[in-house]
Amino acid sequence: MAMKHLRKWLAGSLLSLSAFSAAQAETFVFTAIPDEDETKLVERFQGVADYLSNELGVDVRYIPVKSYAAAVSAFRNNQVQLAWFGGLSGVQARRLVPGSEAIAQGVEDEAFVTYFIANSSTGIAPADTLESLGDDLRGKTFTFGSKGSTSGRLMPEFYLRDTFNEAPESLFSRVGFSDNHTRTLRLVEAGTYDLGALNFQVWEKELADGNVDTDSLQVIWKTPTYPDYQWTIRGDVNEKFGEGFKERVTKALLDLDDPALLESFPRSGFIPASNDDYEPIRKTGENIGILD
Amino acid sequence: MLSYPTVRASFIFLAIALGGLMVADIAITTANPWQDLGRLFMGVVTPNFFSTEGLLTALLRTLAFAFVGVTLGSLCGFLLALVYRFLPVRMFCAFIRSIHELFWALIFLQFFGFHPLTGVLAIAIPYSGIFAKVYSEIFEEADPEPGRLLPPYTGAISAFLYAKIPDCWVQMRTYTAYRLECGLRSSAILGFVGLPTLGFYLESSFSQGLYSDAGAMLILFYILIATMPLWVRPKLLPLYIVAAPFFLGDGLPIVWGNVERFFTEDIVPAPIRNGESLGELSAWFGDVMVNEALPGIWNTVVLTQIALVATGILSLLAFPLISRHFGGPVRRTSGHVFLVIARSTPEYILAYILLQLWGPSMLPAVVALALHNGGIIGHLIGRQTNSIHLRPDAPTGFSRYSWELVPRVYRSFLAFLFYRWEIIMRETAILGILGIYTLGFYVDSAIQNIRFDRAMLLILITALLNIGIDALGRYIRRKLALQTMPTC
Repeated sequence: MAMKHLRKWLAGSLLSLSAFSAAQAETFVFTAIPDEDETKLVERFQGVADYLSNELGVDVRYIPVKSYAAAVSAFRNNQVQLAWFGGLSGVQARRLVPGSEAIAQGVEDEAFVTYFIANSSTGIAPADTLESLGDDLRGKTFTFGSKGSTSGRLMPEFYLRDTFNEAPESLFSRVGFSDNHTRTLRLVEAGTYDLGALNFQVWEKELADGNVDTDSLQVIWKTPTYPDYQWTIRGDVNEKFGEGFKERVTKALLDLDDPALLESFPRSGFIPASNDDYEPIRKTGENIGILD
Repeated sequence: MLSYPTVRASFIFLAIALGGLMVADIAITTANPWQDLGRLFMGVVTPNFFSTEGLLTALLRTLAFAFVGVTLGSLCGFLLALVYRFLPVRMFCAFIRSIHELFWALIFLQFFGFHPLTGVLAIAIPYSGIFAKVYSEIFEEADPEPGRLLPPYTGAISAFLYAKIPDCWVQMRTYTAYRLECGLRSSAILGFVGLPTLGFYLESSFSQGLYSDAGAMLILFYILIATMPLWVRPKLLPLYIVAAPFFLGDGLPIVWGNVERFFTEDIVPAPIRNGESLGELSAWFGDVMVNEALPGIWNTVVLTQIALVATGILSLLAFPLISRHFGGPVRRTSGHVFLVIARSTPEYILAYILLQLWGPSMLPAVVALALHNGGIIGHLIGRQTNSIHLRPDAPTGFSRYSWELVPRVYRSFLAFLFYRWEIIMRETAILGILGIYTLGFYVDSAIQNIRFDRAMLLILITALLNIGIDALGRYIRRKLALQTMPTC
């Protein structure tokens, strides 16, 4: 668990808060959307915090949050200055914080994919097009990931609506939100839901780690590619941490080459990103009504 | 028998609940629900207290938030109780207590963020409303005689302190202690939305299937609540109250500009914010009502009615477990343990656990609400039967239960049940956050989509629905001439 963070909670008090906030102004705080099991996230981002702290020479702290929206709100409220967002949460955050920028994305995030998975009891065979699965899908139960997820909700919902011209609620007999990709996998594996949609990287990593019971479920369809996860930083970090801070953070992230840390994402490395890279996500979000 | 109004009312509510069952979504959708339940049970018997170093800190935070929140709530509630006779005050109190702690926390999270103030206010605000109501009821029921005996020209404050308070003191103390227990539960579940209390770790452990870790947290929580009479001592209270604020943690600093932005921009309906026409505004309003509010209200009401009757049935089944009119001390002790566990576990946590085990439907919510509330009412009714003296030759077994005891306690049973109606509805709404399609589901969706205008409108609707049920509950209790007891 994020011990550093907890010890700080313990040390503080309501009364001495003002003193604490002054001391904290120097700490560079970041968060990440809770898209996987928390233990994994804390391990991964504690590593990133230590790495950034070394590279940047400032105190870096990772704050775990319980929902995608909480990550966006913390970024918007300037309680965190940097965040590892999904495609959709990044677009939401950058709309709310003028001047904020997508600075780096994973190599794999340029062409991200959502996998549709099915429990074996459904007897559904993999197909090349979603359309050809139409009759098999109708009336089954289906789970998305988090309500604010790109690969777990936005893109699968977009392709379902685009292909069948109806809302998921009318296509399926039950539609749920599992909260994260690991849980989507577990729920479909256990048969709680017949079908689900999840981040392909989570699937591949769990598969490689031997955590998937391939007799119980399989991938039945893969979406076309789209841009996804990215590091987004607030526009006003230089005022707080000095000239050129944003560039130093960007460089540190792009230079990250610790194989263990990259493996924990899992990404093969980070490459430059820009706000414009996520235009397709914005359009899709507006298309299905998640974004105004 | 049907000529009794209480019996008629019972059958009407039973019929409504049965009708609700016809339309409700009740199912077990997991493939191996019992296997998971078994694993959970194994987790509780093989607890792992050393899973995370954060566990003790989380317990400390849970206590600190509860103490600070309840203390603030009781102080404000006491002041409000003094002016409770004014209608605007009553309306204000009804409003703030109709919004659940978790909703308050979700609201404050948007502008205070992860700051201790979020958790403290989320408990203190609704509790102020509850304390105001109950304290004023206690004042009203106080014996007016001592006041009449005071010499003329006694000041109002002296009269209040010397003639009113002494008579009310014991009841106020009992109720405040009970609320502290509720505060511990509220504080624990605040972790589910990200505050550093027990719920934070409980959610993580459960969602990852770490049942031994989760079992350890539940056991510690039960011990904390069961031992309250031992460590909540009048002499120690001032110490706790003074110390608690120092254990809240420091969280992240508040940025005050966010507060202003939230009230002047975020919660203003989008069409007004963007300067669109009145037609756009009514289209926006219509959309929220038709697609979110109405389905949410429908599911909330259906689930509440089923859960209310299930609670009633469970209370009636459970009270003999602790009644001295049945069985020996062994069975009574195990009955007490069962009821303590049932009522100490917050509904939200019970529902969360059952949803993990049985899959999404209204069933886990009904069972959770019935277990928790049935545990409370069963305990109160069971205790009441212990003061009943039966004739030495009174029938035994089922006849004793159905002909001697139930008729004697039925009226207070109904009073408790209708008293908790509003509480059950408040919980039902909040369970939507877990994925059951009640109002909380739509509030959570709006927040996840960063649409706070919609979220606030839906929270307001939830509050109004609650106030309506509260009023209806009071009306029925008056109609049936049921004695209401403030300490429930």
